[in-house]
Amino acid sequence: MATAVLETGERETYLNKEYGIKSWLLTVDHKRIALLYLMGITFFFFVGGFFALLIRLELLTPAGDLVQADTYNKLFTMHGQVMIFFFLIPAVPAVLGNFLIPIMIGAKDLAFPRINLLSWYLYIIAGALMVYTILNGGVDTGWTFYTPLSTEFLKTNVVTAALAVFVSGFSSIFTGLNFIVSIHRLRAPGMTWNRLPLFVWAHYATSIIQVLGTPVVAIAILLVALERVFHLGIFNPALGGDPLLFQHLFWFYSHPAVYIMILPGMGIVSEVVCCFSRKRIFGYSAMAMALLGIAVVGFLVWAHHMFVAGISLYAALIFSLLSYFVAVPSAIKVFNWTATMYKGSITYQTPMLYAFGFVGLFTIGGLTGLFLAALGIDVHVTDTYFVVAHFHYIMVGGMVMAYLGGMHFWWPKISGRMYPEGWGRLAALLVFVGFNLTFFPQFILGYMGMPRRYWDYSHSPEFQILNVLSTAGATVLAVGYLLPMVYFLWSMRYGKPAPDNPWNAAGLEWTIPSPPSTFNFDEQPVVTWEAYNYDEIKQEVKFAH
Amino acid sequence: MFQNMPFWPPRASTMANSVDALYIFLIVVSALMIVSIFTMVIFFAIRYRQQPGQRAEQIEGSHALEITWSVIPFCVFMVFFAWGALIYFKERTPPQNSAEVYTVAKQWMWKFEHMEGQREINELHVPVGRDVKMIMTSQDVIHSFFVPAFRIKQDVLPGRYTVAWFHATRPGTYHLFCAEYCGTMHSGMIGSVVVMEPKDYEAWMGGGGNQPLAVTGEKLFSELGCATCHRSDTQARGPNLVGIYGKPVLLEDGRTVTADENYIRESILDPAAKIVNGFKPIMPTFQGQISDEQLNALVAYVKSLSQQSSEQTGGKNMAAATPQP
Repeated sequence: MATAVLETGERETYLNKEYGIKSWLLTVDHKRIALLYLMGITFFFFVGGFFALLIRLELLTPAGDLVQADTYNKLFTMHGQVMIFFFLIPAVPAVLGNFLIPIMIGAKDLAFPRINLLSWYLYIIAGALMVYTILNGGVDTGWTFYTPLSTEFLKTNVVTAALAVFVSGFSSIFTGLNFIVSIHRLRAPGMTWNRLPLFVWAHYATSIIQVLGTPVVAIAILLVALERVFHLGIFNPALGGDPLLFQHLFWFYSHPAVYIMILPGMGIVSEVVCCFSRKRIFGYSAMAMALLGIAVVGFLVWAHHMFVAGISLYAALIFSLLSYFVAVPSAIKVFNWTATMYKGSITYQTPMLYAFGFVGLFTIGGLTGLFLAALGIDVHVTDTYFVVAHFHYIMVGGMVMAYLGGMHFWWPKISGRMYPEGWGRLAALLVFVGFNLTFFPQFILGYMGMPRRYWDYSHSPEFQILNVLSTAGATVLAVGYLLPMVYFLWSMRYGKPAPDNPWNAAGLEWTIPSPPSTFNFDEQPVVTWEAYNYDEIKQEVKFAH
Repeated sequence: MFQNMPFWPPRASTMANSVDALYIFLIVVSALMIVSIFTMVIFFAIRYRQQPGQRAEQIEGSHALEITWSVIPFCVFMVFFAWGALIYFKERTPPQNSAEVYTVAKQWMWKFEHMEGQREINELHVPVGRDVKMIMTSQDVIHSFFVPAFRIKQDVLPGRYTVAWFHATRPGTYHLFCAEYCGTMHSGMIGSVVVMEPKDYEAWMGGGGNQPLAVTGEKLFSELGCATCHRSDTQARGPNLVGIYGKPVLLEDGRTVTADENYIRESILDPAAKIVNGFKPIMPTFQGQISDEQLNALVAYVKSLSQQSSEQTGGKNMAAATPQP
């Protein structure tokens, strides 16, 4: 493939084409925007992680002795808001999706490059509002903003936090729109719908949720701000409002938001499992339809967050039933990943280790979701550490594992450098062990009855042993998360130069140089093969390092 | 080391046994799933590791398998659903003739008032072997009444009643937690439920000359002038309240609602919201003029009118709330 050559003799890539702050802040290149997002997302991941560590340290002893009660309430609130709205939701779509989707479909860029940049600016404005909220004394509504606590009773920075969430929502909506239009309109000749990598299908399903769901939470959060400032009686019963209305609006988005977080991760895992098994995916169309099925049915289950909130008996029955419907496509996915490995030729590079971890932890997270969907059990365990453990298995055990797996898998393409494989495997192992040690005890803690969001549990010393285990796990997890950041940065300078296709992987992104040039392809690619055509690719994973 | 760390809370109610049975069933089924999936992943990872000269075998997929592993899990899920729903149905349907405890939650305490008039804060005494119905409301934000030993939880909302019930089976002192985040001292909004043998409970009840809640309500009813309109003769300008509790009420707009605690409460605070057929919206609101405790007393009184009429006792003591040894 012919490539442009710079005066220095280096090949021209999206990274070295231009230099200077301006060339980054005004770029419309989807790959550069992905890197801009990567910086913001990494920053917020460690901010949120720092809050988590303080929470775990406080819970090491039953007495509330490390921080004040109000401080603790702010810590779990800001941990949730930062992680969900500024890390989990944007992480995979805005970084890996942004970088890869145009390349995977054989396009030069997304359909609306400027809107893509606007999305990033909105994210940064929202992030600045969040940072302002934190520095200005924080906010203690809980990430869920439940009314009337948030609208009438708290004296913290509720309005700026609400605005931060509101603005970040638009960033999310624009990214989703951009993906939908790009996937419809910009596919290369021959890239039919049933040849799309599942990573693209996953982002398509995610984008639908982002576009349809996010406006609802944006409105709900805006109404919280309005009720707080102008005392409109929307949610506060003292003013004639209905607090359950808020919960319905909030969860109408925030349950599907769980799928915004996990579906792109499922896309990553499909790519990685196929590559390191040297096989096509088992049941391609079932996998693609399961993604869409989750996205659609995911909109019909929100009130399972409200079984004890005061909804009617029959509403609860229906939402419990529908919650089981959404579990079926999730189960299909787990079975198909497992079946993909059958008669493969498997190697254990870092991305594959994360994929193994994902499948295991997502299975546990999914199965404990079945506990919560069972009405009789939910009444006992909702709002306890059981729920905390369950959603961390999905979001951290699932989504963060997948994100890290994806970062390792595509890092050679993004940076043009290899990360150190030995360190990568060690970090993957630490994350897996640390994660389970942190969150598995919380299932037991929850069933024992420890409510979530408790600063002090000196009345129940029987909860301590499990909390100590959990805190110990969190420190291991912290090391596991810091390692990749260190060696990714290190590899940008000292890593071995990456070949175009270090894993001998299928997919258009591996046919172009690492790192790619600004317009990705020098000539229009024409696709004549199915996704995951590993039978046509040289079999073995070549070790480039 | 495990002496201080049981894997579940004590089982002290009828509900606890049914919830734990389903929980154990779910654990067994999940463990089977987890073990089989983990075993397969590990087995494939080792058995099919890359080996020189061996190529992966490309397999497209299998509709039969996809259908199998959709339908079988779905059927298992439906068992979970049905079992969970049966328990929940029981949880949401308080038995008739339960003892009633009016509960007012506020940042950050629990206030209980028994039908016999005993008042408690952060401590709830109940007899063993008796159905107890909690009629709860909040003065400020949303709280949640959670007794792990009973396996019950119910959010407590401002502006309406929510209901929970239990049937304690084992004497003892159990945790009461607020399970819905409610501000600064959320973790301090705790208390205990003391389950007592009936005779101990009666002794505890006997202490202090308390006025039954319905009697307090009756006094308020006449003090506030309710009786001038709500009467049984032809002069009545408001509906006759005798016997209405639990019965359907035909409204002016043609709808029919059941006269439950929330209906009585709303009719006092916002009388114009649901006008009874044949009456005019002339009743003034009592919103902001009576406390939650007074409101509870009025509701208890109106309800007592139905018990008197159905049981023909005519007495003021709440038959339903008297502990049965």
